[in-house]
Amino acid sequence: MEFWYTENHTDNVKFSIRVDKQLYSSRSEFQRIDVFESAEFGRFLTLDGFMMLTEKDEFIYHEMITHVPMAVHPEVKNVLIIGAGDGGVLRELAKYDTIERMDLVEIDKNVIEVCREFLPQTACGFDDKRVNVYLQDGLKFVRRCERVYDLVIVDSTDPFGPGEGLFTKEFYGNCFKALKDDGIMVNQHESAFYKNDAIAMQRAHKRIVESFSLSRVYQVHIPTYPSGHWLFGFSSKMYHPVRDLRTDEWNALGIKTRYYNTNLHKGAFYLPNYIEELLTNVEPAI
Amino acid sequence: MKISQERAPIYEAMMELQSKRIVPFDVPGHKRGRGNPALTEFLGEKCMRFDLNAMKPLDNICHPTTVIREAEILAAEAFGANNAFFMVNGTTSAVQAMIMSVCKKGDKIILPRNVHRSAINALIICGAVPVYVNPHTNHDIGIALGMSLEGVREAIENFPEAKAVFVNNPTYYGICSNLKAITELAHSRGMKVLVDEAHGTHFYFGENMPVSAMAAGADMAAVSMHKSGGSLTQSSFLLSGKNVNPNYLRQIINITQTTSGSYLLLSSLDISRRNLALGGKEIFASVCNLAEYARDEVNQIGDYNAYSKELINGDTVFDFDITKLSINTLDIGLAGIEVYDILRDEYDIQTEFGDIGNILAYISIGDRISDIERLVGALSEIRRLYKKDKSGMLDYEYISPRVVLTPQDAFYSEKESVPLESSQGRICTEFIMSYPPGIPILAPGEEITEEIIEYINYAKGKGCLMTGPEDMEIKRVNVL
Repeated sequence: MEFWYTENHTDNVKFSIRVDKQLYSSRSEFQRIDVFESAEFGRFLTLDGFMMLTEKDEFIYHEMITHVPMAVHPEVKNVLIIGAGDGGVLRELAKYDTIERMDLVEIDKNVIEVCREFLPQTACGFDDKRVNVYLQDGLKFVRRCERVYDLVIVDSTDPFGPGEGLFTKEFYGNCFKALKDDGIMVNQHESAFYKNDAIAMQRAHKRIVESFSLSRVYQVHIPTYPSGHWLFGFSSKMYHPVRDLRTDEWNALGIKTRYYNTNLHKGAFYLPNYIEELLTNVEPAI
Repeated sequence: MKISQERAPIYEAMMELQSKRIVPFDVPGHKRGRGNPALTEFLGEKCMRFDLNAMKPLDNICHPTTVIREAEILAAEAFGANNAFFMVNGTTSAVQAMIMSVCKKGDKIILPRNVHRSAINALIICGAVPVYVNPHTNHDIGIALGMSLEGVREAIENFPEAKAVFVNNPTYYGICSNLKAITELAHSRGMKVLVDEAHGTHFYFGENMPVSAMAAGADMAAVSMHKSGGSLTQSSFLLSGKNVNPNYLRQIINITQTTSGSYLLLSSLDISRRNLALGGKEIFASVCNLAEYARDEVNQIGDYNAYSKELINGDTVFDFDITKLSINTLDIGLAGIEVYDILRDEYDIQTEFGDIGNILAYISIGDRISDIERLVGALSEIRRLYKKDKSGMLDYEYISPRVVLTPQDAFYSEKESVPLESSQGRICTEFIMSYPPGIPILAPGEEITEEIIEYINYAKGKGCLMTGPEDMEIKRVNVL
């Protein structure tokens, strides 16, 4: 017997993982949720059939979406996390004693429940006392916030389905409003390789630069995402992602990471030409 | 034998016809899509297969005796009417059929001036004479309201020979007049009551809704099933009550309606009627919840006024349709049309219309809560980024028209084209309106005043889409 999970990365490209067994499957109010067990990637979570995380490579995603802004901003106390029902972002942020409050807004409570049951490797992040969970629409939550957060992390799914509202101008604008005057927003920024992903990536960048004057994109290698080449956005009211990197201070914290380091931090912002071009094309002419 | 509302006779006949795999030597000439591959690729093979024309198994819209007749009986029952007619030329044709069935040349009809253009167009066709009742204005939100009962009584007393009273139920903005009292009053003077329910399909199915025309005892109603009812664009019902001769009404409908009624439209009416008859109560309860939620959230942003039942005053706002999310924007310092444009251009959100002071977000059967959050989020951002001083904003003022000629006489008379700026004091022979909402600023036969020219220029300047005149750029206007 052969049992394979397959995701269509495009109409013409498939990505498959041999599955040992399916641990969970259900349909929540918002989406279909599945958890599988595999030999190569360990357990993995999919939403509406799309790969969200695997135990083997989730560290790359979660380290890069958290430590990059944390190594730039000198004093993050209040963090807003949108999405991220798996808890991985919380786990990484919990490594910083200076953080006072982590507000996590997830629309689908079933995702949190399922991760707590089957993916303790990331869901352990929910155990930190500084975490407050809000089960509601991210756009609605952030609309009511004004100048309260030092850091907003947008850990969204793809812009089709429940995550759609998190790729809009109104969402990014409301995030801008929710940030203090030296705040930073980091967001899951899709990929630039396959055409449809590239369109979503470009659109998101266009919508972000309409709200943030400083907005850069950085790259990361995630083997289980389409093309393996993934992007995050770094948008800021004050700090530059590379010039304001506090190399020594961050290294002095002694935080243990497997992917992130301060050299890689700088390198991640140097982008291939085709991506620079996609970004520049939607930026306002100076 | 009584047919169940679970049936959909037109749809069922189309499905049965399909299963017979009949070879078509009739129109449409695309022959189930094979003759037009590009269109079939675009619309889908199934859609083309069901683009059929009248034939014996499918009945004939001009003279229905079988499946269309059955579907009409079901629709009449679902809406509480004596008769229902399937309309495929839009609610426009239903409005025109109502008027033409009660008015001949020279007959008077009492109507509020804030009617849709289709009503005045009917007067151009049949030569009836309008008697306008001033719809009062709410100055805070800048919209025309319903007719007051007193206003209708006065018109009836001044023009006892009038044939009918025409009522919007509700207006585009959700305002209802006292339809039941107006109906009783009109009937006591031997006048028919015609109701434009283009925006009121849900009154027949939802709970705690304003009264529907048929329930109020009105004689006819034009119902845009394609708006809140979920059928395809351009499909509509004409309903009639017990004192209307249905066979004469059908003759009137057949004067202008196509003889090639689209079965895509007909089946969409049939299936949507079934849907509403079986599940309408739940559907509109959920629409109301969405609209009420959105209204609360919008009002919490500040400066926006998403108005509702607090407008009710027992007369010119006798009732309010809470499914309508009308939002006044003047305190932001932006015209409704400006917010409407920003929502579309900057936020990829399309609302139904924007006028001088308001936008209308159409909430329906197909909406999702996440989309409501986007709308509210975007409105909140627009306030943060664009709010400015509101001085210099023109608020809507009802401009009482001076009707010099009937619409028909004016439209067909000898006319000349003059620049709008120098048309003051002349008699207009055409319509000028912003569309939507499609309520004429000027109708044929009305005098052009300085106030009207100023209003048209202001609306154009704010970006309203002005339509009506022969001159597409609305720089010149035809006058007597």
